[in-house]
Amino acid sequence: MLLIRCPYCEEERPELEFRHAGEAHVVRSGELASISDEDFEKFFFIRSNPKGVVFERWRHIHGCARFFNAARSTITDRFYLTYKAGEPKPEVDFSAIDTGPAAWANREPAEPNVAAGAEPGKSD
Amino acid sequence: MTKQPFRIPGAGRLTPAKTARFTFDGKHFSGLAGDTLASALLANGVHLTGRSFKYHRPRGILSAGAEEPNALVTIERDSARKTPNVRATVQDLYDGLVASSQNRWPSLSFDVGAVNNIASPMFSAGFYYKTFMWPKSAWAKLYEPKIRAAAGLGVSPDQPDPDHYGSRYAHCEVLVIGGGVAGLAAALAAAESGVRVILADEQSEFGGALRYESGARIDGQSGWDWAQATAARLAAMPNVRLLPRTTAFGYYAQNFVGLVERVTEHLARPDKSLPRERLWQVRAGRVVIAAGAIERHMVFADNDRPGIMLASAARSYLNHHGVAVGRNVGVYTANDSAYHAAIDLKKAGVAIAAIVDLRDNPSGPVVEEARSLGIEVNHGRAVVKVGGTLRVSSMTIEAKGGGARRTVPVDALLMSAGWTPSVHMFSQSRGKVAFDEASHRFLPGTYAQDCISVGACNGTDGLEATLAEGFEAGKEAARAANGVNTKSPPPLTPPRKGEGGTSVSDPPSPLRGGVRDGGIAGRSPSVDSSESWSGGMLGSGPGAGAETTVKAFVDFQNDVTAKDIRQAVREGMRSIEHVKRFTTNGMATDQGKTSNMHGLAIAAETLGKPIPAVGLTTFRAPYTPVTFGSIVGHASGPLFDPTRRTPIHPWSERQGAVFEDVGQWKRAWYYPRAGEDMHAAVNRECVTVRKSAGLFDASTLGKIEVVGPDAAKFMELLYTNPWEKLDPGRCRYGIMLREDGFIYDDGVVGRLASDRFHVTTTTGGAARVMNMMEDYLQTEFPHLNVWLTSISEQWAVIAVQGPNSRKIIEPLIEGIDISDDAFPHMSVREGKICGVPTRLFRMSFTGDRGFEVNVPADYGEAVWEALWEEGRKHGACAYGTEAMHVLRAEKGYIIVGQDTDGTVTPADASVDWAIGKKKKDFVGIRGLQRPDLVASGRKQLVGLKTKDAKLVLEEGAQIVADPKQAIPMKMIGHVTSSYWSENCGRSIALALVVDGKSRMGETIYIPMPDRTIEAEITGMVFYDPKGDRLNG
Repeated sequence: MLLIRCPYCEEERPELEFRHAGEAHVVRSGELASISDEDFEKFFFIRSNPKGVVFERWRHIHGCARFFNAARSTITDRFYLTYKAGEPKPEVDFSAIDTGPAAWANREPAEPNVAAGAEPGKSD
Repeated sequence: MTKQPFRIPGAGRLTPAKTARFTFDGKHFSGLAGDTLASALLANGVHLTGRSFKYHRPRGILSAGAEEPNALVTIERDSARKTPNVRATVQDLYDGLVASSQNRWPSLSFDVGAVNNIASPMFSAGFYYKTFMWPKSAWAKLYEPKIRAAAGLGVSPDQPDPDHYGSRYAHCEVLVIGGGVAGLAAALAAAESGVRVILADEQSEFGGALRYESGARIDGQSGWDWAQATAARLAAMPNVRLLPRTTAFGYYAQNFVGLVERVTEHLARPDKSLPRERLWQVRAGRVVIAAGAIERHMVFADNDRPGIMLASAARSYLNHHGVAVGRNVGVYTANDSAYHAAIDLKKAGVAIAAIVDLRDNPSGPVVEEARSLGIEVNHGRAVVKVGGTLRVSSMTIEAKGGGARRTVPVDALLMSAGWTPSVHMFSQSRGKVAFDEASHRFLPGTYAQDCISVGACNGTDGLEATLAEGFEAGKEAARAANGVNTKSPPPLTPPRKGEGGTSVSDPPSPLRGGVRDGGIAGRSPSVDSSESWSGGMLGSGPGAGAETTVKAFVDFQNDVTAKDIRQAVREGMRSIEHVKRFTTNGMATDQGKTSNMHGLAIAAETLGKPIPAVGLTTFRAPYTPVTFGSIVGHASGPLFDPTRRTPIHPWSERQGAVFEDVGQWKRAWYYPRAGEDMHAAVNRECVTVRKSAGLFDASTLGKIEVVGPDAAKFMELLYTNPWEKLDPGRCRYGIMLREDGFIYDDGVVGRLASDRFHVTTTTGGAARVMNMMEDYLQTEFPHLNVWLTSISEQWAVIAVQGPNSRKIIEPLIEGIDISDDAFPHMSVREGKICGVPTRLFRMSFTGDRGFEVNVPADYGEAVWEALWEEGRKHGACAYGTEAMHVLRAEKGYIIVGQDTDGTVTPADASVDWAIGKKKKDFVGIRGLQRPDLVASGRKQLVGLKTKDAKLVLEEGAQIVADPKQAIPMKMIGHVTSSYWSENCGRSIALALVVDGKSRMGETIYIPMPDRTIEAEITGMVFYDPKGDRLNG
């Protein structure tokens, strides 16, 4: 069972408390009614499904009930970071942090799922 | 006391006076407290314990631990407590234990199924795959049942499991898997730093190989005594939890480890309050894997005969249980460790027929000691044949290169091909093993998680190195944890009653081991003497090579021979994963504990590749079988899923209501009176509602309060309807879509104030509607100042429907003018009923005048009783969900999820009048414009009237336009709702039909197995089409 850091509760909680909620940063147009069929297709049907880092939404449904975003590797299941809904998509070179072979790769326990830009060690 | 002829007086650690009786296959035996079933059987000279999986070959006890592939028995406590496939080597003996052998008929010594052994050329690798391919249909009816009956292991219990199972979560800084010397040392070092430590071991006592390693001395004590003293010291520490009889079976992400503790399996009369097993889900800061190593057997002809066993097992039975596995014992080995077994047995007075050593020039102290004890040592030789079927009777020795043979009588044969480090848990943690060329072993290589392997599972040889490595790892793990957690750690989950436990203030006591010497904090225990077991061989031995056809078993449990593995390679399997699946080597519960390395070596040899180039198969959880009970824990029976009951449920129960399950809810289905069946009751309820009135428990409706300055704006976005202009005190039927334009939910929404909406949802949709609202509010419309509260369980809802409904509620209502002028259809008011607060809705799901009385849940039953008393004055009835369904269908009111299925638009369901045409945005607005949603040919909701008014259609029945067409017919829709309507005097139905709304009056056909039913397409309203009765 994975540990996921809720950026609102500011702590790691077991996966059971969360629910996956699809890809993140899919923007709903303010003028949705008038967008083209092609744009609606992109908005509603097309998802990235990458091999590698995916940005996705999670909900801490059995906790604070907030929706938030996460960057996760679809290869290893590793959560690189989680951040609050509405925050911009972080520009991080994940290849640089991905040193271990798996989600739960060796890492310093003090640095779990550190939020983008957060000071290391402050997450405890 | 029955004699135990193979118990050696003075040997072992058990107390001769503490006897325990047991039966095996109906025969009575006696053993000692502290025995396993296996050691007790051996004490009575019983080796034959089962028949093999495929060939039904007689099998005996191979090992003394969890790796046992052969001695699988059924333990029966009572008719419901029959546990199949229990490894006799890990089952603690208790007084009155009843065990029986498996996979044999009519008896263990004469088994009809053994004909499979004679016919075995037929049953070679891949036999099932190749033979039973055709016809496909025969699989379900013939092949599979027959194969399963003939093969398989044990019989599943046929009664519900009467035991209960515990479940605990635990957190610790250091989890130590395995309580042998390395694990004990690691736990001790970690515990002394004060961090939380959990130490789990699958055996009933800690000590691991010290159980039989007679040459070990630590801190001036025998190895075993040191282990017991150390375990006792750990037990006395408040930051340590010791879990004996506990197997770490699965290693999951982020140091999450599953342990299963066998709580009562070893007890004669378990306390009923105790769980049979307890699942521990442990999250550890660091895991120290001290899983040890498993001895390999030798692969030679008929190496599965009862009496042939691992050398270390024989030693364990002798040194711990005081049992000799035979009186004249042969030894076949490729390393030193079997010599220790021979020496221990010889010293105990057991004759050693000969040691056969495959190595050319074995030398060293153990070889010398064996010789000096007068044991015949043959080097450069192999055992190529054995005598005996139900028990080994002789071994035939031949030089490795061939030559003269010599047959020596034996009654037991010990073997050792070396030791396989137990890398199961490391591998499960997704660590990558590396092949060590020098020792021909796979060892932990690249780590994937925060864990460390120590001792024999890490390839460390020798007691001194093992102990030092364990101690250092424990110290380091604690140091790392302290670096993170400078505060003192929170206490372990407190022990529960009956689980023991100590507090810091307790003085050290010898009982808890607190004062034993050797306890100088921080000092590593010192090893005084030790044994070394390195070396060995892999693959088949002489006489079982590629040119032979003998049965030299690699995997005993799955009946896989060396020949099978070669055949798999010859037939084209190149990957070891394919070889594994084709032959079943190392599959299932065995997980390759004894077989993996031999199988791999033979495959590599046949492929002509080095071992690391062929690779190791993946180890899977569970390490040893885990019961479903321990996985399920308490979540069975009534606790499997919550049962939700409304506040009015007790009243309905008293009235004799029949309930139906709607999700987790129990809903009153109908209220039969004496002599009524369901049909009669529903007809009466439907008629009574329209004639007088009825009371209906609508408490299960989902209810959400949408509150805030932007509440109306939010409602505009979430529902298709316009809300801004809805006056407070008025209601509207709302439709919620998904972004794709399909109906997601519906319900009546009341505006209590300009900033407050009382939203109702379908019973089943409550949670997902709330989720969707939260999703949009938090992520798409966070600028709106709105908050959402689920109030489904806060309000009980009593629907009072029918022409007399106003008369029923009138005497009980305070502060609300409920005249038609002041309180028209689709209104909501707050006031009081029976003196308690109410949100009173004037609305109808029957088409008759109606009210829905919302009261705080705690008053639900009392208010219902009061309304019931009033209702009785007017001849009203209580009606259930079935009558509710019929009444709404008479009016053509849809039920989302029954008449819609996630592909129905508001227009398809003729509720597009509820879409605010001037709105610029709402969820689903763009989806509704999709080409397919506006094209013709969509399935539309219509009414159906059968030509024969008495015929009630089946819901879900398919509809065709032309019944005479060839099969497969073109289906143009299906029936979504269908009932007998007593009020209409005929059957009525709703259906989704292609272009249904433009087919009014057309006849369509519903083909059924026994006939084809004709029906006419009609409008959806069957009763009171003008709607006068809403105010009637």
